[in-house]
Amino acid sequence: MDQAHPSERELRKLMISGLEGDGEAHRALLERLSGHLRGYFKHRFARIGHGPTEAEDLMQEALIAIHTRRHTYDRSQPLTPWVYAIARYKFLDYLRRTKASVRDVPIEDASEIVAHDDAVSIDSDLDLERLMAGLSSKARQAIQCVKLDGLSVREAAEKCGMSESAIKVSVHRGLRALTVLISRESRA
Amino acid sequence: MNTDRLIDMLSTNLEPVKDGQLWKALSWAIVIGLMAAFGVMLVCFGIRNDLAAGNHSGALVLKTVFALSFVGTGAAFLTKSIIPGQQAGHRLALIFLPFFAASAATLAMVVRQPALASGGMIEGAAAALCLFCIPFLAIIPFALLIWAMRRGAPTDLRRSGAVAGLVAGAIGAAVYSFSCPSDSWVFVFLGYSGAVALCSIIGAQLGPRLLRW
Repeated sequence: MDQAHPSERELRKLMISGLEGDGEAHRALLERLSGHLRGYFKHRFARIGHGPTEAEDLMQEALIAIHTRRHTYDRSQPLTPWVYAIARYKFLDYLRRTKASVRDVPIEDASEIVAHDDAVSIDSDLDLERLMAGLSSKARQAIQCVKLDGLSVREAAEKCGMSESAIKVSVHRGLRALTVLISRESRA
Repeated sequence: MNTDRLIDMLSTNLEPVKDGQLWKALSWAIVIGLMAAFGVMLVCFGIRNDLAAGNHSGALVLKTVFALSFVGTGAAFLTKSIIPGQQAGHRLALIFLPFFAASAATLAMVVRQPALASGGMIEGAAAALCLFCIPFLAIIPFALLIWAMRRGAPTDLRRSGAVAGLVAGAIGAAVYSFSCPSDSWVFVFLGYSGAVALCSIIGAQLGPRLLRW
């Protein structure tokens, strides 16, 4: 672990703070990972003749997956292989659902994920409002209040007439459902 | 959608994450799966009549322990298979440790006492019966395991499905041992191993469909 990429230690620290509930650390982590993931997916896509918009779509899907699956990260392990495994899974899943060829996908090293960084953000083809329309009304309300309007869980609970734990569960389920909706959009 | 907006959304009002959720879900799936399969066995097959008399408790213990050893080794890989970046690699072969140990023991037994392998038609039929009964008993445990694994993030769906099938099959076999009419170890060994392998193959086929996320 001593020879790990210099980002590894910083990213891992941000991840662990995020898991403890530090929103700013989580934001910083996602910002940095978005650069790495964008670079990685662009690089992969360039080799199979796909454009940057698809890379941005997939990067956002992977970012949501990293967020909703962060409870699967083992705090005693390095972070890079965990992120890389998710990115690679999402890439292969993309190829499978768009029926692209899987033959040309080499097995790389986990450090591949931090080897790329691309800060040039473009808008993906995904439309949050349209995606949100596909959620259950409970999940849509909860995400709108807590995640977009920035209300606290208690305020959201009062506004929606749900219990606080129901709000938390709805937000979590809603975000997971979003990744499913996103992957459906890009299915060929 | 703008990526900054997405990151904003994900990090607003962040909830802390509790440790050990996956382990808890898997443990529940195995415990409830065992109980449910036992219930199904009682209703559909019933406990062997002569078991209460204590005549065959030695054979029963052997069969149950053999099946449970697969649950033990399989469960260790179950947790790994739903954590990204923790693929077991070639260590996955350890899962077959109970199988190799039992086949070595069985082979030794047969070499020393060839009569053991000649149980005849009746034992052969019992072995064939367990090829049907064990996968049947594994259905509920398999569904529960898939439910638990979907809370994680399996990245090799075929392999994760195979491990789930193996553990579910082993639970089915452990439970079936209370009903199984055969006392001939050679046939029990062949029948149980075959049934668990069958469950694992079915699990591998279903994995990519059931575990996608």
